[in-house]
Amino acid sequence: MNTENTMQDKVKEIVKKYKGDKSALVAILQDVQDEYRYLPKEALLTIHEQMDIPMARVYEVATFYDAFSLTPRGRFIIEVCTGTTCHVQGGMNLLDTFERSLRINCGETTEDGLFSVDRVGCLGCCSIAPVVRVNDTIHPQMTQDEIPRVLRTYMAKRYGR
Amino acid sequence: MSKINTLDALDKAAKKGRDLLFPSTKIRISIGMTTNSIAAGARSVYDAFLEEKKNKNMKFDMVKTGGMGFDSVEPIVDVVIPNKPRLAFAKVTVEKVPVLLEQVARLNLDRELPFYRVDEQEDIFTGETIQYVKGRLPRVFSKISLREEIPFYKNQLKVVTRNCGVIDPENMEEYIARGGYYGLHKALTEMKPDEIVQEIIDSGLRGRGGGGFPTGIKWRSCREAEGDIKYVICNGDEGDPGAYMDRSLMEGDPHSIIEGMIIGAYAIGASQGYIYVRNEYPLAVENLNRAVMQARKAGLLGKNIFGQKFSFDIKIAKGAGAFVCGESTALIASLEGRAGEPRAKYTHTVEHGLWDMPTNLNNVETWNNVPIIIARGSKWFSQIGTKTSSGTKVFSLVGKTNNIGLAEVPMGMTIRDIVYGIGGGIYNDREFKAVQTGGPSGGCIPKSLLDLPVGFDELADAGSMMGSGGMIVMDDTTCMVDIAKYFLDFLAKESCGKCTPCREGIRRMRSILEDICSGGGQEGDIELLKEMSDAIIDGSLCALGGSAPSPVLSTLRYFQEEYETHIKGKKCPAGVCKKLIKFRILDEQCNGCGKCRKVCPTRAATGSRREPHKIDQNLCIQCRACYEVCTFNAIIIE
Repeated sequence: MNTENTMQDKVKEIVKKYKGDKSALVAILQDVQDEYRYLPKEALLTIHEQMDIPMARVYEVATFYDAFSLTPRGRFIIEVCTGTTCHVQGGMNLLDTFERSLRINCGETTEDGLFSVDRVGCLGCCSIAPVVRVNDTIHPQMTQDEIPRVLRTYMAKRYGR
Repeated sequence: MSKINTLDALDKAAKKGRDLLFPSTKIRISIGMTTNSIAAGARSVYDAFLEEKKNKNMKFDMVKTGGMGFDSVEPIVDVVIPNKPRLAFAKVTVEKVPVLLEQVARLNLDRELPFYRVDEQEDIFTGETIQYVKGRLPRVFSKISLREEIPFYKNQLKVVTRNCGVIDPENMEEYIARGGYYGLHKALTEMKPDEIVQEIIDSGLRGRGGGGFPTGIKWRSCREAEGDIKYVICNGDEGDPGAYMDRSLMEGDPHSIIEGMIIGAYAIGASQGYIYVRNEYPLAVENLNRAVMQARKAGLLGKNIFGQKFSFDIKIAKGAGAFVCGESTALIASLEGRAGEPRAKYTHTVEHGLWDMPTNLNNVETWNNVPIIIARGSKWFSQIGTKTSSGTKVFSLVGKTNNIGLAEVPMGMTIRDIVYGIGGGIYNDREFKAVQTGGPSGGCIPKSLLDLPVGFDELADAGSMMGSGGMIVMDDTTCMVDIAKYFLDFLAKESCGKCTPCREGIRRMRSILEDICSGGGQEGDIELLKEMSDAIIDGSLCALGGSAPSPVLSTLRYFQEEYETHIKGKKCPAGVCKKLIKFRILDEQCNGCGKCRKVCPTRAATGSRREPHKIDQNLCIQCRACYEVCTFNAIIIE
């Protein structure tokens, strides 16, 4: 079976879970995003066919919300909190340093597919600001000079060390 | 969990919960487990307790609770020893766990002094006092401060956050033991829907999500609106940066929200409810989902609740990262599976909301207030706070204060009492500059208004707003022009793009502010900003655009001088705006440790070992890394 078919089946399964309920479009896209870490074009086409929702509508919703990405995202998604507290504690400088260290801009993914850098609205961890979230782990009181070490830890994880 | 359909069953569940909360033989140790305390190390401390319990074959109950509020001293470990004062230990680390356990077991508290003790506590639901201490207070406890003596807690009144950090949010019986679902029982068996609506109106409760609209009036409109099906929605799309009380409530006391919604649904005549939770709050989603399942199993959600002719159920929906979805019509659009664009409110959502049916939407904290108003009555509730703003408000006191966390206080407390009393003053004894309230729709309140009582109308008069309760305290190292730019940047990103004045106007205002912050400010910029603000306010459909210029207008109102220094003097007095500052090393302070050299990404900082270093201004990108890393205060900002 080729990947396109498997993807179609997977997406059909997700759509089925919501019984084709058109109002569940956001939830369905969230599940697809969880599965593939982005919204592949084929998946969106399958949703459009299966749910009988115009492609323009699917595309509109997929591009409206920040949680969705139309391009593949990295294995480790680095999100710098840009809440007000993190901002006054120097959060923006962290974002700059990540961009500089990984040589990508905010919203992009490194060529090897390992890291994506993004900003995120307040995570509500203001007591330990500034914070950076990498996948599900929140790093408290981050400083610029800690960034190389944090990146090395995650790089090592890729090689299973 | 067996069915809870009578008062008797409720009492039985409460008894079970009480046995857990106030154990008679075993010690109960609980750890506040919230998103932020986990990041501060709470989970590893929890695991360390379990490990120690296993290794030493000890007997005690280990519980995860919600947040205890005082976030800057987390992880907090709360210990209930039968018949002894309740104790709390602050900033607990994995290493401290064995000592702590040994101390508690032997009641010898010399090595690791507890942060505070609680001898007795008012049960806010019943008004009764709970005694933790039976008999005389043993001497070993007398040197520990009482919680009421700790400045952070002293002037707080925990009504909405009564259960956070006390009960296990995964355990419904503990919620019931604290008076939970008794309000619902009273509402369903003793009150008519109209009476409930009237009770909420009389309480003076106003929407805690930002606008401050009277909740009871909204309920009445929705009750009177025509429609076969009606909906109630809980808005948990908390998006204001710097505000996280709703997350804390959803994580730490999910049943209270559910109970509030059931009462509301009964009063309004709704049969279906939705809780819309922000995408960034996975733990809140998890805890709410579990709580809904438990309530369903117990028959508190579903058909014929408490044997009455009333059926109601709740679904949880997850947001997808759009700030504008905190706006009611945008949230409804999102629930319907569409892009979250607000619509014009010629007709109100209470008449035509979700699926065009009457819909009542309230914020998390508002719903949380409902059970206690019903249980203790509107009279009791309206005595708290001020005439126009009754009850309490949870504020997230964050930024440059010494104490950081969620503080619940009666409305009408002054900003000074909050910042200097509860917050313990400004970090490093620096100077208070402003407090930002109301998120991106709010504004900055200056030092001259420190004695302003906080209430919906007072804050609005001062050019800010209550918002969802974020209070970000700023000191003299915060640049107000940069803050205004920060909020416009946020709003430019979050504007849904439907109304041109909002979509284009905010971006234009942002670029003017960017110019000002990078030395390109011109004469007339301030006037232009004000003019554009008026146009955006007039030309936007929803509250996002309608209040978008507030951060600029309020900073202009109180800090215009700072704008002028940026425009005319090309200087940033707070030392924030990169293009207007220079970093310099003081020869006499620098001992040549080389930290700045190592951290500098552009090799601008140079020097030989043990010799004063220098920064090459041509290479410096003002990233601040050297400034942060220098421990000798040798680097200054000019």
